[in-house]
Amino acid sequence: MSRTIFEKGIGGKSGNYLPTGDFNVDTIEGIRTRKGPVGLPEIGEQDIIRHYVELASKNYHIDKGMYPLGSCTMKYNPVVNEEIAGLDGFGGLHPEQDDDDVQGALELMYSLESALCEICGMSAFSLQPVAGAHGEMTGMMVAKDYFRSRGEERKTVIVPDSAHGTNPASVVICGFEPKVMASDEHGLIDPEILAAQIGDDTAVLMLTLPNTLGLFEKEIARIVEIVHEAGALIYMDGANMNALLGIVQPGAIGIDIMHLNLHKTFATPHGGGGPGSGPVGVREHLADFLPVPRVVMEDGKYRRVYESKNSIGRVHPWHGNFNVCVKAYAYICACGSEGLLAVSENAIVNANYLMKKVGQWYDIKYPGPCMHEFVASGRNLKQYDVRTTDIAKRLLDYGLHAPTVYFPLIVEEALMIEPVETEKKETLDNFADVMEKIAVEAKEDPELLHKAPLTTPVRRLDEASAARSPELCWPGLDSLGGEGD
Amino acid sequence: MVPEESKFTKDHEWVFVEDEIATIGISDYATGELGDIVYVELPEVDTEVQQLDPIGTIEAVKTVAELFSPVSGTIVEINDAIMEDPETVNSSPFGDGWFIKIRMDDPGELDALFSYTEYQEFLGEQAE
Repeated sequence: MSRTIFEKGIGGKSGNYLPTGDFNVDTIEGIRTRKGPVGLPEIGEQDIIRHYVELASKNYHIDKGMYPLGSCTMKYNPVVNEEIAGLDGFGGLHPEQDDDDVQGALELMYSLESALCEICGMSAFSLQPVAGAHGEMTGMMVAKDYFRSRGEERKTVIVPDSAHGTNPASVVICGFEPKVMASDEHGLIDPEILAAQIGDDTAVLMLTLPNTLGLFEKEIARIVEIVHEAGALIYMDGANMNALLGIVQPGAIGIDIMHLNLHKTFATPHGGGGPGSGPVGVREHLADFLPVPRVVMEDGKYRRVYESKNSIGRVHPWHGNFNVCVKAYAYICACGSEGLLAVSENAIVNANYLMKKVGQWYDIKYPGPCMHEFVASGRNLKQYDVRTTDIAKRLLDYGLHAPTVYFPLIVEEALMIEPVETEKKETLDNFADVMEKIAVEAKEDPELLHKAPLTTPVRRLDEASAARSPELCWPGLDSLGGEGD
Repeated sequence: MVPEESKFTKDHEWVFVEDEIATIGISDYATGELGDIVYVELPEVDTEVQQLDPIGTIEAVKTVAELFSPVSGTIVEINDAIMEDPETVNSSPFGDGWFIKIRMDDPGELDALFSYTEYQEFLGEQAE
């Protein structure tokens, strides 16, 4: 393990020395001054650079290799987007500047909203939510206020067991009660089960489309009909939208509310906790409920509107993660409509190709054809006392990032694999070859897999202790003399 | 409890009955599948439950599972010890790692559950 910057930074070494102040703050009446040192590490510039380069070299990221993390869509982010987002006219703005001063930025927000509306067949989008789950929450708040405005008190939200794991949490946060709905033997929603479960108390059906098995709901038309007949709304978790660009417009098939993940579908950086962007789109009858401010165009000028009678209010300061929106808009413009369609087609082709190859060695409970991802299972290796955890850890030894494991819950020993559209055939073949090697190792030398990873900076971690008694603060912080207040 | 005299569900809960009180836990197969359990959430005593209601959450390192009540009745006791030390469920699924005790409304509900032998056969079928 590397020593932390705090451990390396003890000893009074510094690359910069601040000038001594030329006035005495104690003479200012009522001022509160710090009682002790700040507690920051003191370290020379060269050692700082070496520290972070060392950490970066130990890290695994999309610029180092394939990252087939199911449902997370870890794809290549074109570098030109960074350059565009860094232009002074975007990167140097303050959100409080007058509308007249920031017409270009407002035009970008307006144009991005229009593009997302066209791609998704929705009437309006809010760019304010800054993550997928934040979008889910915003969408649920819209649903809540919609029913409130109609004088209806609907309490439950139906969530299929093939949905993203954040969905039920967003439902609870917004004061609804989630009801899990079982998938049928094909991993899809059975309209009969839905019809039996839905009722006057149902506010929303919250589905992930394509679902976490990488499958498109074949009965979507009937599903939408059942939901609307019950007076409920249908929400689509659009995190998997990279399977549908130019193929399906959710609004056109009757989806009422949806969110997108710009940091997945539209190639903005993803991972490390953000910043992300989770715009929420709605059909016309719900547009009034979106967060404010909204950008409108009048007489050829753009302005921000802060008042809206039915708006749920703000869900984030200012305008969300504006620079992420710049990158997504640059990506959409660069791709164009044909390019976006090619994104989805290639995502689907890649996933099906890899599913066939991996399926030679691992169980595929729902054999598809799939959309942008598929779920394999390590259950056929249980006979050698090898589990999916062991497979995932061994992948690290071969220089690959592991897929999402043990999710969705409806597949035993799940390995959820999303190759994404930006990986070439040779990369997919290499991943499949490694999966084959691991399947052979499981049979011949299971102990090797139990010990994996053997080549990484840290070996297998004690995840149980970390979860049972986490230590979230570096224990040496006090020794630096830092103060909480 | 005695595993051989207990009833089992297809969701891998066990029920052992003594004087109309059903003690409920999860089988060693379930703990093996879940792996290291790190957190357990249980309902309040006196809660009334229906058969198959979700009555608790079991969080393991790799997954989260729900505990479903195998019987209807009133919860008379919960095992505080496993909330403090969830690893007890891994180390002693049929003993100290029990979850809750329920005063049953209808002992007849037990008839629909697996016997020990039937449960072992069920596990065998699952493995195929």
